[in-house]
Amino acid sequence: MAAAARLFLRGANSKLSIAPGSLGTTLLKLSPNCSSRTKTQRRHAAHFTFQPDPVPSQYGPTQKMNLFQSITSALDNTLASDPTAVIFGEDVAFGGVFRCTVGLRDKYGKDRVFNTPLCEQGIVGFGIGVAVAGATAIAEIQFADYIFPAFDQIVNEAAKYRYRSGNMFDCGNLTIRAPWGCVGHGSLYHSQSPEAFFAHCPGLKVVIPRSPIQAKGLLLSCIADKNPCIFFEPKILYRAAVEQVPEDPYTIPLSQAEVLQEGSDVTLVAWGTQIHVLKEVASMAQEKLGVSCEVIDLQTILPWDIETVCKSVVKTGRLLISHEAPVTGGFASEISSTVQVRLKWPVSHPPHSHVFTLCTDDVNCWCIH
Amino acid sequence: MKTMLAIISNALCRMTGRNAGARVVVSRSFADFTPQATFDIKKCDLHRLEEGPPVKAELTREQGLQYYRTMQTVRRMELKADQLYKQKIIRGFCHLYDGQEACAAGIEAAINPSDHLITAYRAHGYTYTRGVSVKEILAELTGRRGGVAKGKGGSMHMYAPHFYGGNGIVGAQVPLGAGIALACQYQGNNQVCVTLYGDGAANQGQLFESYNMAALWKLPCIFICENNKYGMGTSVERAAASTDYYKRGDFIPGLRVDGMDVLCVREAAQFAADHCRAGKGPIIMELQTYRYHGHSMSDPGVSYRTREEIQEVRSKSDPISMLKERMLSHNMASVEEFKEIDIEIRKQVEDATQFATSDPEPPLEELCNHIFSNNPLLEVRGTNPWSKLKSVS
Repeated sequence: MAAAARLFLRGANSKLSIAPGSLGTTLLKLSPNCSSRTKTQRRHAAHFTFQPDPVPSQYGPTQKMNLFQSITSALDNTLASDPTAVIFGEDVAFGGVFRCTVGLRDKYGKDRVFNTPLCEQGIVGFGIGVAVAGATAIAEIQFADYIFPAFDQIVNEAAKYRYRSGNMFDCGNLTIRAPWGCVGHGSLYHSQSPEAFFAHCPGLKVVIPRSPIQAKGLLLSCIADKNPCIFFEPKILYRAAVEQVPEDPYTIPLSQAEVLQEGSDVTLVAWGTQIHVLKEVASMAQEKLGVSCEVIDLQTILPWDIETVCKSVVKTGRLLISHEAPVTGGFASEISSTVQVRLKWPVSHPPHSHVFTLCTDDVNCWCIH
Repeated sequence: MKTMLAIISNALCRMTGRNAGARVVVSRSFADFTPQATFDIKKCDLHRLEEGPPVKAELTREQGLQYYRTMQTVRRMELKADQLYKQKIIRGFCHLYDGQEACAAGIEAAINPSDHLITAYRAHGYTYTRGVSVKEILAELTGRRGGVAKGKGGSMHMYAPHFYGGNGIVGAQVPLGAGIALACQYQGNNQVCVTLYGDGAANQGQLFESYNMAALWKLPCIFICENNKYGMGTSVERAAASTDYYKRGDFIPGLRVDGMDVLCVREAAQFAADHCRAGKGPIIMELQTYRYHGHSMSDPGVSYRTREEIQEVRSKSDPISMLKERMLSHNMASVEEFKEIDIEIRKQVEDATQFATSDPEPPLEELCNHIFSNNPLLEVRGTNPWSKLKSVS
């Protein structure tokens, strides 16, 4: 957040006109001597303010819920409407370590909400089997950092099932949920954002919500989707994000990026927690620099909405992507290279290909205790 | 005789101050104390073994005091860590080992410093027994540069020569342990590798892969399951189809050991080490133990087990009390001696705490060091394109 803000604020030192060209060159001229941490021993925990969305009116009555409650609501709706749905994972029976499954076992029975032993590869493999046989399988991996023993099952078994069986079998009924992302005290193994690893695998869908309203709608879409989906839930938002969420089931379409705020000078793209950082940055930029930012929530990482992002960059001429994972091979590199390839085609408003990727945390996230 | 001495020493204490009274007792003590005794220990359950460890253990006075000192130091250190965590001086994750001290002390007593050991994240006890000072452990917990991992590892990542940590991912350390055992075999140095894991990790697939490789190649690996009856909040009955963890290696011989009795653990670990050194291949030990604290500092530890259960274990099976009572009942040491040791340990832990709270944090320049091993200086991007941090290795 601080880094993104500084990116804009430094531009305030020079006389800026709003014309795209000068902003770009100004940014390029800026001094590189910026340290991301002060030398004093302060805790630089992730800073952002959650920005709730307006209350949706088209889905019926709403109730105040935080992120984990909206997930519980989505799972509740699913278990109610789909008699084949089962939820399993480590510690889900008592409600889960993040309370996402509270009350479901009592309501729907121990044969539908049950614990597995400590074996991620087994959980996902088992989930694939359940899904292939026709039941709706919702597997929970306790932290996204633990998903790697299951990587083979996800990439080699789940993603390729439909293709290699010539559409005879599929595990579209499988949805894997995992808490994701930076939380401030998570260190190496409770903070990772592994979406880029899975983005490299056709056959899967990877979805990351930014808020409770989005989470419920997107999770229900993932469960309904006929492809294996991985749903990453920003763990830092579990309690911090509170919104008025519709009680009835509703879906938000996958692979459609949402333009949260229209703008004309620069396109900001992010997903999950970083959306709130960028929204703050956008308002700071407007207020202090008179820079108008277009903020886009990618929502679905794979397959991602290339059109919306490109359309926006054609309009603004600048793209800034912010994510929590390491820079090299992070999903921002995919977005930026695709946009640059696409926009080499002649367009009426010539873009400057200034693509900045801000990856908060990078190495530092998992190094810091 | 003993009571008379006690009366005299108490009187002297009151008159002259503590030290004089203590000296009265100590100077008369060596002639009085039993230098060595033999204790009956619980027989181990055996799997695919004709005979097991002996049912009698010999203990010398020096050994007893040594084990007591080790276990009490670990206990006090863990309780201090608990206190520091609640004061928010230690942050992040902290998994405490109190209750399980006999395992670490017993194993260390049976193996050599040149043997190898690897465990999971409940590692503070083993870090100590493998030779790291309390000062360095606490400083690592508080994230200071005097910490054993330079303040960059934290609770779960402490290392020492022949001690490979300290591993966060459940079960991931077991194949590593098998690999270390292979290195021992390959180098022909007669060393063994002790590979520890918990009852929760016992259901991970990679363990069974390790068992197979170790047995196939007769690796000198002692697999030890520290069964403290709960994998985080899940009791063993709810997690495992078979809770006979010592049998889970199937074709690998196994022992089930009372993990609260340091002598039992020592004898069993000695037996296991001899087994491996004789070239007979791997062996599995299940130590039945208990942790007083919850899984980690964010777990109160009473939502999945009763306070009565914890209290019962504390009063009937506490490893430190058991050793102390044994030694006292056989006149191998005096109450005052134990008290003195306690006081010494308390001071040691206090001094370590002082260091751990006053030592500076590692400097920013070290943040990105040791990512790769590289000769030229590597530049690492920080959180924005203009922030470049140096990585030295």
